[in-house]
Amino acid sequence: MGTEPSVAALAPGFTTALFAVAGIVVVAVLLRVASRHGTPLRRRRATKVSRYLLLVVLGVIVLFPIYITVVNSLLAPDQIAQRPPLLFPTHPEWSTYATAWTSGHLGRYLMNSFIVTVAIVVGTLVTSIAAGYAFAFLEFPFKRTIFVVFLATMMVPLEVTFFTNLQTVVSLGWYNSYLALIVPFLATGFGAFLMRQAFLGLPGELRDAAKIDGLGHLRFMTRIAVPLARPAIAALGLFAFFSAFNQYLWPLIVTKNDQYRTVQIGLKILSRSQISTINVTFAGIVLAFIPLFVLLLVFQKQLIRGLTAGAVKG
Amino acid sequence: MGQVALRGVSKHFGAVEAVRDFDLEVEDQEFLVLLGPSGCGKSTVLRIIAGLEDPDRGTVVIGDRAVNDVEPKDRDIAMVFQNYALYPHMTVGRNIDFPLKCRGMPKPERAGLVASAAEALGLTTLLDRRPAQLSGGQRQRVALARAIVRRPQVFLMDEPLSNLDAKLRVQTRTELIELQRRLTTTFVYVTHDQIEGMTMADRLAVMNEGALEQVAPPAEVYAHPASLFVARFIGSPPMNTVTGTPARLDGELGIGTSGGQIPLSPAQRQAVEASAATTIAVGMRPERLTIGTTGPLPATVAVVESLGAEHHVICRLTDDQEVIVRIGTDAAVPEEGAAVRLDFGVEHLHLFDATTGDRIGR
Ligand SMILES: Nc1ncnc2c1ncn2[C@@H]1O[C@H](COP(=O)(O)OP(=O)(O)OP(=O)(O)O)[C@@H](O)[C@H]1O
Ligand SMILES: [Mg+2]
Repeated sequence: MGTEPSVAALAPGFTTALFAVAGIVVVAVLLRVASRHGTPLRRRRATKVSRYLLLVVLGVIVLFPIYITVVNSLLAPDQIAQRPPLLFPTHPEWSTYATAWTSGHLGRYLMNSFIVTVAIVVGTLVTSIAAGYAFAFLEFPFKRTIFVVFLATMMVPLEVTFFTNLQTVVSLGWYNSYLALIVPFLATGFGAFLMRQAFLGLPGELRDAAKIDGLGHLRFMTRIAVPLARPAIAALGLFAFFSAFNQYLWPLIVTKNDQYRTVQIGLKILSRSQISTINVTFAGIVLAFIPLFVLLLVFQKQLIRGLTAGAVKG
Repeated sequence: MGQVALRGVSKHFGAVEAVRDFDLEVEDQEFLVLLGPSGCGKSTVLRIIAGLEDPDRGTVVIGDRAVNDVEPKDRDIAMVFQNYALYPHMTVGRNIDFPLKCRGMPKPERAGLVASAAEALGLTTLLDRRPAQLSGGQRQRVALARAIVRRPQVFLMDEPLSNLDAKLRVQTRTELIELQRRLTTTFVYVTHDQIEGMTMADRLAVMNEGALEQVAPPAEVYAHPASLFVARFIGSPPMNTVTGTPARLDGELGIGTSGGQIPLSPAQRQAVEASAATTIAVGMRPERLTIGTTGPLPATVAVVESLGAEHHVICRLTDDQEVIVRIGTDAAVPEEGAAVRLDFGVEHLHLFDATTGDRIGR
């Protein structure tokens, strides 16, 4: 989820939200790990209490920016400027959300973001599963070399390929289109690597049993390997979702009007526009954050399992 | 029908010769056990029969056709793997059903077959569970049910009992034998456990380093091991071997060892004279030796191990070679440290060429 400092400066509110997401994940992981260790009962109780205290403190630190964002979205601009800051909206102004949605075109931006994100997630999953499967179960010439090349792409930061990608996209006539937003992100070395590891983790005898049952590679992949690699697939899907949804620089460069702009750019535009006051910007941030939040709640388990895979055995 | 034959089959992995010049005929409805130490190539042989590995050379025959170019699914075999290889995301019922479903059998027909396979292995109440919710023994039975549901000509089993605890293993062993009698199907069963081999097999095929050492009924393998390897591999405690050279004492040909002269029967003398062997390993089963005051081999009692139903007396010959003697509980137990003599009937001796490992005489 590489949000560079420069990008962060451009979209401060959104970075807060991102930070919160990361924080929640960290807390959840810590909770998971904390609840797993076996020590004698009394010490366990004592360490449990102190662990929970630590986690509560961490949780407050992490959640506070989100809370303030929500509060600010409901305050009038002069109340936001007030010092000491108001920590609770006594007269919440819900109209900010309506303004952000309609005048700020946030609906359009969110929809663009969703089209792009869903396409990228689906594409990433399909290519990663196919490539990972090939590396894990097929024999073909130069397999190792090709795999190393895949891995090498993981070491190349986005900035290095930025301008060549831009040129390519422009010369294909894709400037200001969904294709420009989607196609460059449909396959990643990381995804192929992750899925390869997940498939290699399956017992080899399963493939043998399936061969005797007459399953070819396609049926083995869809009926056996993919269902069994679900945790890895869910984790990969979520990572793809977050990184696609949070993109800023690339969508900014390859789009020129609202028809294709995504929500992060929309937020930036919102914060600068005439119609907007600062509380409307905060409302926009909350609106953009809600989908991530819902997704996080729904897929909490898979995400944590993906993150701790290998760290905690079993 | 369910015959299996390997003719001149070889297979190597890199520099490792996993299977060498393998000739094996398994008869229809036979229970053949492939027995050998870890890494000797048993699994590879089984996988070649199943079609999961292609042999470098040689022919694989199942039923009355060569199947070298036949896909595993069309070989009419079923395989039970060491780790069962159940599909973890499917219930027991779906696991058993899956081989039929993959073959496109219509659902109503499948339901009946699954039910009767589950019934045969006592799994009827477990059909809705996932493999993870089963004990090792139950998983093993699911793997068997999945294999029998298709009624193949040949069952291939790769150490199917090795993940079970000792008690369950004995019980399942019996169940497997009964199953085989009931199904009247050919079984090729791989194990490194000689007890499993001895108790279950119609015929034992003993393997070592990729090659067959002997194929014979268990009793024959025990009584007349074809090679030094088989002699030492089969039997617990293992057969004693004492090495010596052909030597004459008082004009009689025997085997001279630094621990004493071992006499031979007339037939054995002829065999030794006919063979080119210069050093000879003399094999003596622990239960064929007696401890007393007479006998050709002087020895000292080193340790007596009591196992309840029997004693193992570990003796040391004068040249420090160790010999184990097995005696029943009703026999007199010698003192540790006592000087004794070991006796045996010459007809129970096994002679091998110590260099090649080949048996000398019958
Ligand atoms: N896929 C493979 N690649 C390389 N070497 C292999 C492969 N499969 C088997 N071998 C080698 O071939 C030899 C025979 O292996 P095999 O698995 O047949 O032994 P085994 O008798 O079944 O042993 P165990 O009782 O331990 O299962 C071993 O030396 C093994 O290392
Ligand atoms: Mg094996």
